[in-house]
Amino acid sequence: MQAFTQHTGIVAPLDRPNVDTDAIIPKQYLKSIKRSGFGPNAFDDWRYLTPGEPGMDHSQRTKNPDFVLNQPPFDRATILLARENFGCGSSREHAVWALTDFGFRVVIAPSFADIFFNNSFKTGLLPIVLDEKIVDELFRAVQAKPGLELTVDLEAQVVRLPDGRELGFEVDAFRRHCLLNGLDDIGLTLQHADDIRAYEARRRVQAPWLFANA
Amino acid sequence: MAGKTLYEKIWDAHVVREEPDGTALLYIDRHLVHEVTSPQAFEGLRLAGRTPWRTGAMLAVPDHNVPTTGRASGIADPVSREQVETLDRNCTEFKVVEFRMNDIRQGIVHVIGPEEGFTLPGTTIVCGDSHTSTHGAFGALAFGIGTSEVEHVMATQTLIQKKSRTLQIRVDGKVGPGVTAKDIVLAIIGKIGTAGGTGYAIEFAGEAIRELSVEGRMTVCNMAIEAGARAGMVAVDEKTIEYFRDRPFAPKGELFEQAATAWRELVSDPDAVFDKVVTLDAREIVPQVTWGTSPEMVAPVTASVPDPAAEADTVKAGGMQKALAYMGIEAGQKIEDIRIDKVFIGSCTNSRIEDLRDAAAVIRGRKVAPNVKLAMVVPGSGLVKKQAEDEGLDRVFTEAGFEWREPGCSMCLAMNADRLEPGERCASTSNRNFEGRQGQGGRTHLVSPAMAAAAALAGHFVDVRHF
Repeated sequence: MQAFTQHTGIVAPLDRPNVDTDAIIPKQYLKSIKRSGFGPNAFDDWRYLTPGEPGMDHSQRTKNPDFVLNQPPFDRATILLARENFGCGSSREHAVWALTDFGFRVVIAPSFADIFFNNSFKTGLLPIVLDEKIVDELFRAVQAKPGLELTVDLEAQVVRLPDGRELGFEVDAFRRHCLLNGLDDIGLTLQHADDIRAYEARRRVQAPWLFANA
Repeated sequence: MAGKTLYEKIWDAHVVREEPDGTALLYIDRHLVHEVTSPQAFEGLRLAGRTPWRTGAMLAVPDHNVPTTGRASGIADPVSREQVETLDRNCTEFKVVEFRMNDIRQGIVHVIGPEEGFTLPGTTIVCGDSHTSTHGAFGALAFGIGTSEVEHVMATQTLIQKKSRTLQIRVDGKVGPGVTAKDIVLAIIGKIGTAGGTGYAIEFAGEAIRELSVEGRMTVCNMAIEAGARAGMVAVDEKTIEYFRDRPFAPKGELFEQAATAWRELVSDPDAVFDKVVTLDAREIVPQVTWGTSPEMVAPVTASVPDPAAEADTVKAGGMQKALAYMGIEAGQKIEDIRIDKVFIGSCTNSRIEDLRDAAAVIRGRKVAPNVKLAMVVPGSGLVKKQAEDEGLDRVFTEAGFEWREPGCSMCLAMNADRLEPGERCASTSNRNFEGRQGQGGRTHLVSPAMAAAAALAGHFVDVRHF
C-alpha cells in the first residue's frame, strides 16, 4: 500500500449529499479483474455525455462541461470535498480504486458510509471527517477561489489552509500507523497466526458444528 | 453489570485478540465469495505466495454477471465471461467449493448461503458485497467488506475491526394485511435516513419483526445497509432453528441439538443496553414506494411526491431537486399516478419462494398492462426456481405476461444483459434506486413483490391493499 504522510493539492467541490459508489464507478466497469485502470471512469455517468462500456477509448467520448471534475483547475484536483454520507451503497472497493486512479489522495466530508471509509485506508486514500459547518466553510472558500490548495498532514492530524489556519481531524491510531508507514494488514495479522490457531482450537471444542461440514 | 446485546455476544465470542485502542482481530466463520469482488483478492494471494487459511469456511458462486436466459450457450459478453471463468479457475486452483453457473444450487450469494445451511446462527459471516447484512436475520453477525478485506479473510480467517455501536429498531404491534417486510424496512429507512445507522449494528426487534417469517427477516436485514448500517440482525427463535433442520451444510442429529441449545442463547439479554433505540408503530405502516434516487426518498403509496421547497435543510433540498429532475416526476404528483415501463421481481432482497408466492397471489388469472414493456421474475436460486415451478408459480407469471428467468442478481444492478434503457421507469423489488443503478438513465422505484405485481397489472403504482 502507498504510504500517506503529507499531501498538498487542489480541492474539487462535489456539492451533493449521499454520493453512492454506483455513481463513483458504474457497474459495467466492475467486470475488470484488475485493480487499476478505473480512473477514466470515475463518476462516469456524470463525467461523460455519451454512454460508456469497458474497453472503449474514453478520451474520445464527449465530456459533460458542467461536471466539476471536467473544469480546470478541478481536473487536476487531488483532494475531493464532499457532502454527508459519501460512498454509500455497494461495498465495491473499485470506488476507492477509481478515485485514487483519478489522482485523489484525500476525501473530506462531514460523514462517510462505513464500508467505503474502511476500504479507503486499504488503498492509501485518506478519508477525513470534518464538522458540517467547517465543510460548508470550505465549500465557500473553494467557490471564492477555485484552485484553492490545502495541505493535509496525517502525522499532525491537521488540514492547513493557505492562510495558515489549521483544522484538526482524528484517525484511529492503528489505521494512522498503517497509513503513515504503508503497512500491509495481512502481513501484520499473520504475525498473530498462533493466536488465530489457538482461537480455532478453542472454538472447535465450544462449537464443533461450525467445523463439521466446513 | 448490564446484560449483553446479541451483537455483543457474537462479537465477544469471536475476538482473537484486542489492541489497547479497541481494535480487535475478529475470527470469521463463513466467507461467501462471488465473481466481482474476488479476482483481485485471489490475485493478491498468488502474488504474495499465500494460500487460503481455511477453504472449508468458503463457498463461492457466480451471480452478478450471469445471464438469466440462454445459459446453455454460455455467457455472450466476453468481459463478463472472463470474470466468471476467472472465479471458476480460482476456485479450482485454491480448492474452494463453488456452485457453478449451471449447478441447480447456483443463485444469488445471499439466497444460497442460508438455503444451503452454510449460514448459521451465531456465526460471523462476510462477503465482498454490502448486502451480506441479509444473513443477520438468523442471529448472525454478517457484513459486507471490500476486496482488500476479502483477501485478508482468505489469508488469515480474520478481520481487523472496531466494535460498532448498537442500535435497536423496535417495530411494535402488527402490520395490516398487504404490508410486508419490504414495507417495514422502507418505512424504517424513511424514518432514520440512509445514514441513520452509520457506525451502528442494528438489531431489529418488536412484535412485527418476531411475527415475520425468516425470509421476511432476511428482507429487513438485507436493507440495513441502505440505512447505513453494515450489519442488521434479528434474535434467534424457534423459527430460526427449525429453518436449519436438514439443510445440506447445517449440523445433523445430535450435533444439531447441541447447536440448537447454543443458538437459543442468541438473544439480547432483557437488561442489555443499546446505544440508541428507535421505535415504529407497525399499524401505521402502509405499502411504500420510493420516489427519488436514494432509498430514504420514500413515501406511502397513498401519498404524493414531496416538495423540496418544504425542506428546511438546503443541502437536502438540493438533493431532492436533483432526484426529481433525474426521475422525471414532479413535486405534488400522486404516487399512484406514476406510470411504469418495466417490472423487476428479484434480487437478494425479494427473490425467495415467499416473495414469488406473494407476487403470484396478486397476479393469478390477470394480465400485465399493455404499457408495461417488460415484466420479469428472476428467482433467487436454482432451487427457489424449481420449488416455484413445482408449485406452478412459473405458469401464473408466464400466463400473465411475465418472463420467467434463470437465477442471478440480474436487473438489481444490471451487470448482465438485463437493464433499463435511458428514461425507462421500473417498479423493482430490489434495494437501490440510485441514478443509473438498473441501467444508465434508468428510473427505479423500490417496492414489495406484491406492490410490483399490482403495478405490473395496473401499469402504474397502486395500493395493493385495495387492488
